[in-house]
Amino acid sequence: MNPLYVARARKDKIIRLLCISAAAFGLLWLGLILFTLISKGFAGLSLAVFTEMTPPPGSKSGGLANAIMGSIMMTLIGVGVGTPIGMLAGTYLAEYGRHEKLSFYVRFINDILLSAPSIVIGLFVYGAVVVPMGGFSGFAGSLALAVIVIPVVVRTTEDMLLLVPNQLREAAAALGLPRSLVIRRIAFKAARTGLITGILLATARVAGETAPLLFTALSNQFWNVNLMKTMANLPVTINNFVQSPYDYWRQLAWTGALLITLAVLALNVIARLLGTERKSK
Amino acid sequence: MTDMSVPATSDRTKPLDRARALAAFKLGDSTFYWLTRVSALIVLCLLGGIIISLIVGAWPAIKTFGLEFLVTRRWAPQLSPSPVLGALGPLYGTVVTSLIAMLIAVPVGIGIAIFLTEFCPPMLRRPVGVAIELLAGIPSIIYGMWGFFVLAPFMTEHFMPAVIATFAHVPVLNVIFAGPPSYLSLFNASLVLAIMILPFITAISRDVFQTVPPMLKESAYGLGCTTWEVVKNVVIPFTRAGVIGGIMLALGRALGETMAVTFIIGNSFQISGSIFSPGTTISAAIASEFAEADGVHMSALILLGLLLFVLTFFVLAAARLMLARLQRQQGK
Repeated sequence: MNPLYVARARKDKIIRLLCISAAAFGLLWLGLILFTLISKGFAGLSLAVFTEMTPPPGSKSGGLANAIMGSIMMTLIGVGVGTPIGMLAGTYLAEYGRHEKLSFYVRFINDILLSAPSIVIGLFVYGAVVVPMGGFSGFAGSLALAVIVIPVVVRTTEDMLLLVPNQLREAAAALGLPRSLVIRRIAFKAARTGLITGILLATARVAGETAPLLFTALSNQFWNVNLMKTMANLPVTINNFVQSPYDYWRQLAWTGALLITLAVLALNVIARLLGTERKSK
Repeated sequence: MTDMSVPATSDRTKPLDRARALAAFKLGDSTFYWLTRVSALIVLCLLGGIIISLIVGAWPAIKTFGLEFLVTRRWAPQLSPSPVLGALGPLYGTVVTSLIAMLIAVPVGIGIAIFLTEFCPPMLRRPVGVAIELLAGIPSIIYGMWGFFVLAPFMTEHFMPAVIATFAHVPVLNVIFAGPPSYLSLFNASLVLAIMILPFITAISRDVFQTVPPMLKESAYGLGCTTWEVVKNVVIPFTRAGVIGGIMLALGRALGETMAVTFIIGNSFQISGSIFSPGTTISAAIASEFAEADGVHMSALILLGLLLFVLTFFVLAAARLMLARLQRQQGK
């Protein structure tokens, strides 16, 4: 055979091998991280984790109940505040101002906010909410999470509404339906699964956020559902416990990490399943 | 398609009702329009709010240190009567860790994307793709923890001594890879960052590679190109802007990442030539010092945050412009 052909075929084989090893390398990390999480996290999983408060230093018993509650509350409020604003803004971009100059800027800024460092969002909420209100609070933490939710929801809302065929809107308008009702009753309904997917993904994104909560919600050793006080939450509790010298704290940190990861992965998987259901229709 | 509980205007209603219904529609219409428009403006205001709030918070530090802040190596918040604070250490750490992370993650990420789009058996394509995307969903503090407890000890005990011994007598390299190995080091932090941004690069590159029209690829195959030649001469040139955009997006993430690096970078403001020694990044410095900071120290940390935001803003803006160019090219 022509030596040139041999050389080309060989090169192709080498690259193929490199690409396969790259994929194996990437999957290896996922496997290793999940393996460590499960092996270390399950060891500490017990009923006490869900019923008892975070322990004081040195204590050999205790759980994460207050941190789990705080995380759920702040995540839900953050998503609850961020979603309507994000959806309305996304609706403006897709329905009213599709080709306007304003939309161009909003879209651009939104894309920047989408990947802005979350620690900067934390500093922003610290300066804008914590300092004027005179103290750290679960409320400030929820707002920080809402700021992270908004760009995610804006993006998915716009993308999903753009997928709705224009004929649907035209048909509704021809029946005499006013513009706002065309959007709310027709476009939203047609894009419903996509919108829910977006909200689930946004929830998954903020459920594990740590950096912005360090400067806003701080943490709390006790059971607290008062939004105006500092509030315990899983990520910051993990952050505090990981670097501690106490074995029991570290064990709790691993268990907390496992809980967050399972929750986030579950949200991701549900969102993905909804997404494929939409496609197969 | 849906039940329309709109107050329908049928023949039986009186003209007055009809006028009232129309007026209600009109009101509802304009209310909804303005609600969406105001929400869109809120997104703009968020960015403005972030910038203003950071400048206000950083003002005492800007007044005290001025431009000196950018070139001062010393970080001595406890110094009396007046602390000396400079951003050079964290800036150096941020740039170095991000660069090393990109050096590792870009080739591997693009390699995986090529594997997924060109080499992968169709049966594996979906599971592998989903697995990589799940890797992207894991919260960054988990990466940090895992790096602290698993990766750093392994690297420090097995990898670093070998590298230090290998390059001990090679000029330049023996400074970059100088010992002693440390759990808390720029290198370990970079490695965790690399693992974290790998799925982003892979996911974006794969999506971008899939935009290449099959016709183009098939023509190249028809000419007798090998798969690699098709990738090198058709796929990559066609998608260059998109791939670079994706890389910059990942760079933006690496620059601002906090929790993945804070545990294992050591929070040392010294600048050392060796990547095996401790250092700090802007976000790690903010996260680990914020709790104890007050006065001008606190203000300096916020100024660091402002610097980080400006830095990532430009990187992300460039990334978005590149990706937008690709979309235009597709005629979207």
